[in-house]
Amino acid sequence: MNAKVTDRLATLCFILCAAITAGTLFSLLGYIVFQGVSHIDWHFLTADASTFQAGGGIKNQLWNSFYMLLMTMFFSVPLGIAGGIYLAEYARPNKITAFLRSCVEVLASLPSIIVGMFGMLLFVNTFHWGYSVLSGALALTIFNLPVIIRVTEDALAAVARDQKEASFALGATHWQTIRTVLLPAAFPGLLTGIILSVGRVFGESAALLFTAGLSTPNLNFGDWNPMSPQSPINPFRSAETLSVHIWAVNTNGIIPDAKIVAAGSSAVLVIVVLLFNIIARLVGALIEKRWSGK
Amino acid sequence: MASERNELTMPSTGRAARAQHLLKGKTWSDRDLKAKIFIFSAALLIMAATVALTVFLIVKGLHSFLIDGISVIEMFVAGEWNPNANPPSFGALPLLFGSFAVTLLSVAIATPIALGTAIFMTEIAKKRGQKLMRPVMELLVGIPSVVYGFIGLTVIVPFIRDHLGGIGFGLLAAGIVLGIMILPTVTTVAADAFQSVPNHLREASLALGATRWQTIYRVVVPAALPSVLTAVILGMARAFGEALAVQMVIGNTAQIPHSLTEPAATLTTMITSSLGETTYGSLQNDALWSLGLILLAMSYLFILVIRFLSYRRRSS
Repeated sequence: MNAKVTDRLATLCFILCAAITAGTLFSLLGYIVFQGVSHIDWHFLTADASTFQAGGGIKNQLWNSFYMLLMTMFFSVPLGIAGGIYLAEYARPNKITAFLRSCVEVLASLPSIIVGMFGMLLFVNTFHWGYSVLSGALALTIFNLPVIIRVTEDALAAVARDQKEASFALGATHWQTIRTVLLPAAFPGLLTGIILSVGRVFGESAALLFTAGLSTPNLNFGDWNPMSPQSPINPFRSAETLSVHIWAVNTNGIIPDAKIVAAGSSAVLVIVVLLFNIIARLVGALIEKRWSGK
Repeated sequence: MASERNELTMPSTGRAARAQHLLKGKTWSDRDLKAKIFIFSAALLIMAATVALTVFLIVKGLHSFLIDGISVIEMFVAGEWNPNANPPSFGALPLLFGSFAVTLLSVAIATPIALGTAIFMTEIAKKRGQKLMRPVMELLVGIPSVVYGFIGLTVIVPFIRDHLGGIGFGLLAAGIVLGIMILPTVTTVAADAFQSVPNHLREASLALGATRWQTIYRVVVPAALPSVLTAVILGMARAFGEALAVQMVIGNTAQIPHSLTEPAATLTTMITSSLGETTYGSLQNDALWSLGLILLAMSYLFILVIRFLSYRRRSS
């Protein structure tokens, strides 16, 4: 076999690998969406989940997912952006900075079930918040923080040095420069990164198993008093999210239509994650276009 | 907002304007200080969270050895995990075996395809390959792990049961599910590694009359090898720590299986199935926290190895 034939064969192999990868993605998405979409209707989205009969919906799980997501973002976005600003702007090259960087790296690479176990130890058992929305949201904050920190640091580092120096030359203070020059310039990248992280948080389940629990009280959507035990916005009630629900109906569920509920829920979950992905791209491209004036 | 903008474009020329700001107590140096305090406390909080996480899990994980009197040696050597038996046995060997087996299996499945895809993206179809495959990778990463588990449960497990025998649940199903899950991670990092190989190396090789394949396996791959290794270890770390997707397809039987199609269990699947079911503070529960400690230690080990590899890369 001469070198040219080998070269052709190798090229064919690489194309095959890429085709397998792309094919895997499209068949996964296609399978999940087409299998599940037929089970999604208004009743499925707005009915309560049933405990042992067929025909349950995912209303509360869907609400819990979005509520938990909102709370997680409320904690993790300001904290993560502050952390990113620290690393990009304030950190001096010393041991503390190196340690902080290691901490971010550790948080980013720990398995999410470890984060969930820590959440159980600290929030559920030590602070006595029990399985609750708050415990879950704080565990997800730990899970999401490193992503936001990295996105912020990268977005700030990508801003041209001239802009920063021009601002200093005009007599602006450090924070003034960050607030009025660096952050606006970094905004498109920052926003894209944050929306992408939203998709990741929305689908996370292992960190929530032992912090937000596997059940939801009988929610009363007419009761918006945050202290009432049946209120949808009570942060101290347990809250099974959509992704945890998929796991729960498949493993300890006794409902006869577990596969159907799981298929429908998976489709909803994947569609939401896809939507966030598309929105992130569109928003990033749109802002980029408007701001660069093309 | 408007006043901030003005201040920047006209750095406080008017005395009156400056006085007004002083009266409001909102000068930029005031804000500088407040912002600095917030940013520094955030940095402090991140460090405190990481330290607290590590310390809490270590202390809780050691509880079963130091107070309940489970022998450390027994945990690593004994082959039976049966906390509810009388007397209970806490041999984590089957679980450790399961964890390492599914990790190696997933890496063996994912690495060839991932490297091939990465080479396709960087060496074969440079522009279009990147444009098409990058979004594919991002979407694959974005699919939640329970969805992978659900697909494993409804597609891969029945397929194995029908074509290879057994009940379908087992190491093979878990390895395939994990292999698909780590595919995008390994591919992206490996593609970055190939891309960072300087172009003059390729050009020199091609100028010597080497074909593209010869250039790839004699020049590009050796030059990128340490980073490619990092990619594989990142994939291993992710596979080792994944919990729910594996738990849904592995069968959850704490035994060392004789074949790939027999059910097994891993550290993470044992924690996932039992931590919520046992009473907090009981012997059975404490033993699970020790499994968590082993998982934590392994995660730190992966982090150290990756650090070591990237440190060597930077210094060489």
